[in-house]
Amino acid sequence: MTRTADRRAPALQLVLTAFLVLWLVVAAFPFLWTAWGSLKVEGDFFSKADWVNALTGPLTQVETGGSFTGAGYHGAWVQEDFWRAALNSGIVVVCVVCISLTFGTLGGYALSRSTYRYAFWLLLMALVFRAMPPITLVSGYLLPFYQWNLWGHLPTAIIVLVAINQPFTLWMLTAFFRNIPRDLDESARVDGCTPFQAFRHVIIPVMWPGVITTGLFSFLLAYNDFAVTAMLLSKENQTMIPKIASFLGTTQTKGNVMFAVSSVVSVTAPLFLLVIFFQRQIVSGLTAGAVKG
Amino acid sequence: MKHRTFLWFFLPTATAMFLFIALPVASVLVQSFYAPHEQVIREVENCTVFGCTKSTTIDQEATRALREAEPLGRFIGFGIYADRNHLAFAEVARAWRASSGWADFRGRLLNLPFYGALAFTLSYTAVVTPFSILLGFVVALAVNAIPRLMRGPMIFVSLLPMIVTPLVGALILFWMIDARGILGAALQGLAGDPGLSVKASTPLMWAALMVYGIWSTTPFAFVVYYAGLQTVPQDTLESAMIDGASRWQRIRYVLLPHLLPLTTFMALIKIMDNFRVFEPIVSFNAGAHAQSLSYFIYSDLGGETRLLTSAAATSVLTIAGVIVLLSPVLLRTWRTFGKASA
Repeated sequence: MTRTADRRAPALQLVLTAFLVLWLVVAAFPFLWTAWGSLKVEGDFFSKADWVNALTGPLTQVETGGSFTGAGYHGAWVQEDFWRAALNSGIVVVCVVCISLTFGTLGGYALSRSTYRYAFWLLLMALVFRAMPPITLVSGYLLPFYQWNLWGHLPTAIIVLVAINQPFTLWMLTAFFRNIPRDLDESARVDGCTPFQAFRHVIIPVMWPGVITTGLFSFLLAYNDFAVTAMLLSKENQTMIPKIASFLGTTQTKGNVMFAVSSVVSVTAPLFLLVIFFQRQIVSGLTAGAVKG
Repeated sequence: MKHRTFLWFFLPTATAMFLFIALPVASVLVQSFYAPHEQVIREVENCTVFGCTKSTTIDQEATRALREAEPLGRFIGFGIYADRNHLAFAEVARAWRASSGWADFRGRLLNLPFYGALAFTLSYTAVVTPFSILLGFVVALAVNAIPRLMRGPMIFVSLLPMIVTPLVGALILFWMIDARGILGAALQGLAGDPGLSVKASTPLMWAALMVYGIWSTTPFAFVVYYAGLQTVPQDTLESAMIDGASRWQRIRYVLLPHLLPLTTFMALIKIMDNFRVFEPIVSFNAGAHAQSLSYFIYSDLGGETRLLTSAAATSVLTIAGVIVLLSPVLLRTWRTFGKASA
């Protein structure tokens, strides 16, 4: 049923639709363009003659004999060991998500149930921490990490990312736990549970929607990070994003920029899947803080 | 919750944040007051049959010993803050005296690396934040106007620019605006100048970075406004219609007041995020034309010589900037909190 308030003049509707189509092109076209182009050779994707070559691929025909080539992917994944970077990224992301959710649920639950003034100040401090650019912290890590030989290892990057992730995780989970009625755990306490038992048996079973939403954002933070992983990991422990950046530095001169293009597509593909499967959670997470005020 | 229980629940996250956020901030602060040791110079007397000559050499061993004994370096106080790469007091004073007018002074000021980075960071924040919020609002209105069935795929596509890794998203755009890419070719066609290259021009580079910024932050504004539009009280809208309010009046007096709290929330988040703009500059390889504060720190830390002191001083100034930006929020919460507890 269309409400009367929703009915629009046809002209307005037309303008809005045209705008929406334009936005769709702006949002989606760059991805399609790059995914298509990653299957061509460099001379086509960066065509000096005509940009249409990136679509038709005449040089790809000449150089490889087919309309499409997987040379960029082969070069990046096999020749340049991108699989190792992907593996490192996997390890970092899984560890960061698990650890920061564990810390975050405990801390967020405590903050949501505390009635004292310091809980408020802790949240405010977390907001300031959240606003600080990660790279400012990195310059504080380097010297001590060199001194204590912590620099370059995956666990170091993991724990640093967990810490940087904490302020945001705390904010989201505190907001989420506040929506779980206090009566629930208080009645468990009345029945003789210790605070931890109340958390374990009453809160944990009902907290998963909020935890999954928060976990998605922890995942994105760890997966998308460049500042921390680029500065704190040694070359053999590199994750995917710094690896792509290093392709640009070294191989652009060798004419292997297609390695970077194909690895960019490889990095984006999992994110597409993530949005397909978790669109609802991402939207609700983005709006959690805002709509409830 | 009792203090003791709170402590146990909060301990892991507090430890992590203390060790890896609070301590590094302190460490950055301390580092910014120290410079690396100078090399130890030793005078050596070389005597030959023709007489003695004095020469100076670098005492490698003593230098290494000194550096190991005091890894922080030598104390220089605020010296690094005042040098040319940071607040540059001397250079600013000289520019002030030498400049003929405001525009000239501004030009000289922006040539100093720190002020240049600050100017780009602030302009980026000031342009990208309002434009992305406005654009997101219009997209939300448009999506809200289409049949429910089509909204899901529409939201999916709209989320992509935001969800994609910033470095990767910026690269994708950069390859398109490359002189040999589709957008670069289109720009050349529009300008009628086949030699036009975004990479070679500072204003175009700034514009391209800001376009990336708007492209990647609009989805957030869209999603928040879209969710906000779902909660607009339909009864109020309808009664406004019955009272004879026009479409524009309904937007002005019902919709906007409803969405205002969302806008302040979003502006706050986006100002924080845009202030730390970093990855697009790496992707666009734009260091020569535009530096942000984050990129400035990054380029000090990377490279052959790691300029830890310089990076630390910039970091301290950046953190100070963040606190200044956040101060209205902090002050307001502090006041309301004070009122509530009084």
